[in-house]
Amino acid sequence: MSQINPATLADARPALDSAVSVRNVSKNYGDVQALKNLSLEFPRGELTSLLGPSGCGKTTLLKIIAGLLPQSAGQIEVDGKTVTGPGPDRAFVFQDFALLPWANVLRNVAFGLELRGVAKSEREAIAEKYIREVGLAGFEKKFPHQLSGGMRQRVGLARALSVDAQVLLLDEPFSAVDEQTRRKFQEDLLALVANEKKTFIFVTHSIEEAVYVSDQIAILLPRPSRVSEIIRPTSFRGKGVDNIRRDPEYLDIVDEIWASLRSYVE
Amino acid sequence: MQNRSLFLKLLSAAIVFGAWEIAGRIPISYAFPTFLESMTALAQMTFDGTIFVAYAETLKPLVLGIAISGIVGVAMGLWIGLSARFEWLFAPIFVVMQAAPLAALIPILVMVYGIGLTSKVFVVCIMAMPVIVLNTAGAVRNTPASIKDMAKSFLASDRDVLTKIIIPAASPIIFSGLRLGVSAGFIGAILSELKITPTGVGDIISYSRSIADYPSMYAAIFSIILLAVVFLNLLELLENTLFEGNNRGYVSD
Ligand SMILES: Nc1ncnc2c1ncn2[C@@H]1O[C@H](COP(=O)(O)OP(=O)(O)OP(=O)(O)O)[C@@H](O)[C@H]1O
Ligand SMILES: [Mg+2]
Repeated sequence: MSQINPATLADARPALDSAVSVRNVSKNYGDVQALKNLSLEFPRGELTSLLGPSGCGKTTLLKIIAGLLPQSAGQIEVDGKTVTGPGPDRAFVFQDFALLPWANVLRNVAFGLELRGVAKSEREAIAEKYIREVGLAGFEKKFPHQLSGGMRQRVGLARALSVDAQVLLLDEPFSAVDEQTRRKFQEDLLALVANEKKTFIFVTHSIEEAVYVSDQIAILLPRPSRVSEIIRPTSFRGKGVDNIRRDPEYLDIVDEIWASLRSYVE
Repeated sequence: MQNRSLFLKLLSAAIVFGAWEIAGRIPISYAFPTFLESMTALAQMTFDGTIFVAYAETLKPLVLGIAISGIVGVAMGLWIGLSARFEWLFAPIFVVMQAAPLAALIPILVMVYGIGLTSKVFVVCIMAMPVIVLNTAGAVRNTPASIKDMAKSFLASDRDVLTKIIIPAASPIIFSGLRLGVSAGFIGAILSELKITPTGVGDIISYSRSIADYPSMYAAIFSIILLAVVFLNLLELLENTLFEGNNRGYVSD
C-alpha cells in the first residue's frame, strides 16, 4: 500500500497514463464555494473512488467532468483534450437512475445511441447485448415502474455501457439498492473494470465499498473541497473477489480512512 | 380489464339516468322532465333533423375555437415554460383571462367584433385557452432536471431535449389541460349562443324554455354533454396513440 501526498503526486507517478486530469478546479455556487483548487489524476483503465463527507462536492466534481456544469476556475482534460461540454468519451450513471418513465427498458438502454443518430435496428442490437450483460434479459419490454430499484440501476448502467465511452462516471450508483444487490453489483463492477478496459470514476459514501472496488481512492475534505489523501490498495486485488473482505490490508485501509474522516462527522 | 372499465362506465351511466328518471317523476320541479321524456324529445329532434341543423351552426365556433386554443395554447405554453422572459411577458395575460368574468367581456367583444362567428370563436378561446397555456407552461417548467441532465450527458441537442424529454414528460399534464380546455370550450360555445345571438343548440335551449317545452330543452343540454364526452374520449385516444407510455400504470388488475 502506498500513500501519496497530493503535492508530490506529479513527481511520484510521472509515468502514469491519465485518462482524466483535473487541474486546479474551483466551483462556486453563488457565494458557496463547493470546490477549491482541486487537482486529481484518474489513471486509464482503473477505477478511482471519490470518498468524502456529504455535501463536500463529489457530485459537483463529477458533473464538471461530465461537462454538465461549468467550473469557475481550472481545467479538465480527458485524453489530453480540454472539456468544454458533454462528449462521446464520457458516460454518466445517475444516482436516481434518470430513466425515461414512458420508455421501455430497450428504448431506455438504447437512448444514448438514439441521441447519437444510430439506426434503430443497430442500436437495439447493441442495447440487447448490454441488457443481457447486466442480467436483464427478458425485461426488454418492461417499463421502469415495473422494475425494482436494483434493476432500474442496471438499466442505467447498460445505457452508459452501450455508448462505449472510455470514461464512466458513476454517482453513488448503488446507494438506492439493498445490501445484497449492492454486494452483487460491487462484484459485477470489479469484473467490468477488468473486462471493459475503461476508466471508472466512482462516487460513494461507503468506505468499505470504496476500498473493495477501487484501484485508487481519493479522499475529499469538506467544503471548500480539496483532495486530502490518495490511497492505492495494492496487495489484495489479485487474490479473488471472495477473499478481499478478509484481507488484512483491506481491513487496515478501511480503519485508516475512517480514522481520517471521523473528525468531520459530528 | 377493458370489459370491466366499460362495465363500470355503463353502470355509472345507468345510476345517473335512473336518478334523473326518479327525480323527474317525483317531480322535484314542474320544469324538470323525466329522463325518458327528454330522450323522446331528443329522438324526435333527431328524426326531424333539427338537431343536425343546430349542430351545423354550433360546431363552427366550437371546433374552430378549440382547434385554435389547442394549437396556439400548447405552443404558447411551451414557449412560456421554456423562457423566463416570455413567461414574465405573457403569463399574466392568461392568468387574467382565466379569472375574468366572461359575461362582462361579452358586450365588449360584441362591440368590437359584432355578433357573428368571430365573437363566438373568441368566447370559446377565452374559455379554453388559459388552462391549456398555464398547464402546458407549468408542466414544461417542472420537467425533472435529472432526465434533462441525462439527455445532455448523452449528447442531446436542445431540440432533442425538447422533443424527446420535455414534451413527453409534460404530455400527461398538457393533455389534462387540453381536457379541461375542451370542456370549458363547450361551455363557451353554448354561452356565446345564449348571450350573443341565439343560434344552433343555444337557440333550441332558449326557444324551448320560452315555450315551456322542457323535455326539448333538456334533450339539447343532454346532447351537448354527450358530444363533450365523445370529444374527450377522442382526445384520450389521441394521447394514447401519440404517447404510448402515458397510459401505463393506471390499470392495476
Ligand atoms: N445547484 C446548486 N446551487 C447551490 N449550491 C449547490 C448546488 N448544488 C450543490 N450545491 C452545494 O454545493 C455543495 C456540494 O454539493 P454536492 O452535491 O456536489 O455534494 P456531494 O458531495 O455530492 O454530497 P452528497 O454526498 O450528499 O451527495 C453542497 O454544499 C451543496 O449545498
Ligand atoms: Mg452527491
